[in-house]
Amino acid sequence: MTDSRNIVRVSKVTKTFQLGKVEVHALQGVDLEIAAGNYISIMGPSGSGKSTLFNMIGGLDKPTSGKVFIDEVDIAQLDAYELAWLRCRKIGYIFQTFNIIQVMTALENVTLPMIFAGLNNNSAVEKGIQLLELVGLGDRFRHKPFELSGGQQQRVAVARALANDPAIILADEPTGNLDLTTGEEIIRLLKQLSQERKVTVISATHDIKMLNVSDQVVWIRDGRIDRIEDREELSISVGTIDTRE
Amino acid sequence: MENRHAARETVKGSDSVDRLVVLPFKKSVEISLESIRVRFFRSLITTMSLVLAISFLSFVRVSTDVGNGLLSTQDPSLRHALIRTGYDIGPEDTSLESSPKQRWIIILSLLVCVVGIVNAQLMAVTERFREIGTMKCLGALDRFILRLFLLEAGMQGIAGAFVGALTGALFSLINALLSFGTIAVTTLLWTEVFLSIVFATGVGFVLSLAGVMYPAIVAARMQPVEAMRVEQ
Repeated sequence: MTDSRNIVRVSKVTKTFQLGKVEVHALQGVDLEIAAGNYISIMGPSGSGKSTLFNMIGGLDKPTSGKVFIDEVDIAQLDAYELAWLRCRKIGYIFQTFNIIQVMTALENVTLPMIFAGLNNNSAVEKGIQLLELVGLGDRFRHKPFELSGGQQQRVAVARALANDPAIILADEPTGNLDLTTGEEIIRLLKQLSQERKVTVISATHDIKMLNVSDQVVWIRDGRIDRIEDREELSISVGTIDTRE
Repeated sequence: MENRHAARETVKGSDSVDRLVVLPFKKSVEISLESIRVRFFRSLITTMSLVLAISFLSFVRVSTDVGNGLLSTQDPSLRHALIRTGYDIGPEDTSLESSPKQRWIIILSLLVCVVGIVNAQLMAVTERFREIGTMKCLGALDRFILRLFLLEAGMQGIAGAFVGALTGALFSLINALLSFGTIAVTTLLWTEVFLSIVFATGVGFVLSLAGVMYPAIVAARMQPVEAMRVEQ
């Protein structure tokens, strides 16, 4: 069940990096529309511009030309405060390296975005514990990151990404540092939570396991979008016999 | 212009909760304290140079106070004793001032200390790029990061400077007792000693902040995308 509005719209975006004397054309004209509530995977080989496009969508970088709209707001027009607000409230980030803050407990990590959002401590703690129970870490909220396994740290990251009820979750290679089984668990968790909470999940990944759960796959190659496949088309092209919901 | 207004409307929305991002002061103190506690050994090393420099400053100042105390008795034998132990007193001087040579040595040692602090803090900031980038991704403003680093350095500075000031004063007093006997302490103006310790602590605090200023600005300006960096 997806909303008909576009939560992310990328319009004629190019990005050129200056590396010394050499110009690197990371993105060469990308147009993309992502509908709210979908689970999107951006797939492509290294150097295809996948991370660059991902950073554009997440408001972490500005295009050289073209526009990126999040909820029909041109993010290049936002000042530092508005961008911070965007990152705090509208977008949740999940990283390949988990990026859980080492000096804080799991609970403190999950409640940090809530503190930034102005939530008082008690409500934040309550909500934080709820979220940690949701990802299956209800009994480990006082653990520090070095006491948690990779998969558990990534679960904390998922809980943290959901802290302020964002509209979008951006996951950069979420299973990159995880083994097969743990990776599958995280993918399943993300899919389940995105369906329950109607969050749009945009994931940049190499991982083929993501294909099963994606509503749409964007294949990117040499800075351009190669093709966009919807779920129905996917089952045929990869050759899997998938049961449709 | 239109777009900007539209941007503000959508971004700020119609929530009743605060529309801006905040970091309560109490919370930043908590985070900074925890950062120091977790990296305690590292903090110790960073502060060590400050402790040593400030204890030197404190030593010199309290020694001056002792000298002044002894001079105030107008006793010529004490005057000779002072000159013999190395105090710089001219024939007409009724009180001790720090000589230019002394001042220069102190300033030099404090400068060396500050340079050490800048170096150590810069290394710390570079090492914590992921933490800083992640906080920015969670919505932290530049000035939150600045505040966290300033608080950390400030707390380390006060603690280290105080320890250094006390240590220096103690050594000076022990030295005075050994050189002149108990008369050194009886003629001493304790308020002067107290002021010297406070002064030395204050200097250490200011130096600690001065040293962290540039690295903290570097940290505050760090781009959130740094959090994504993966070492291949």
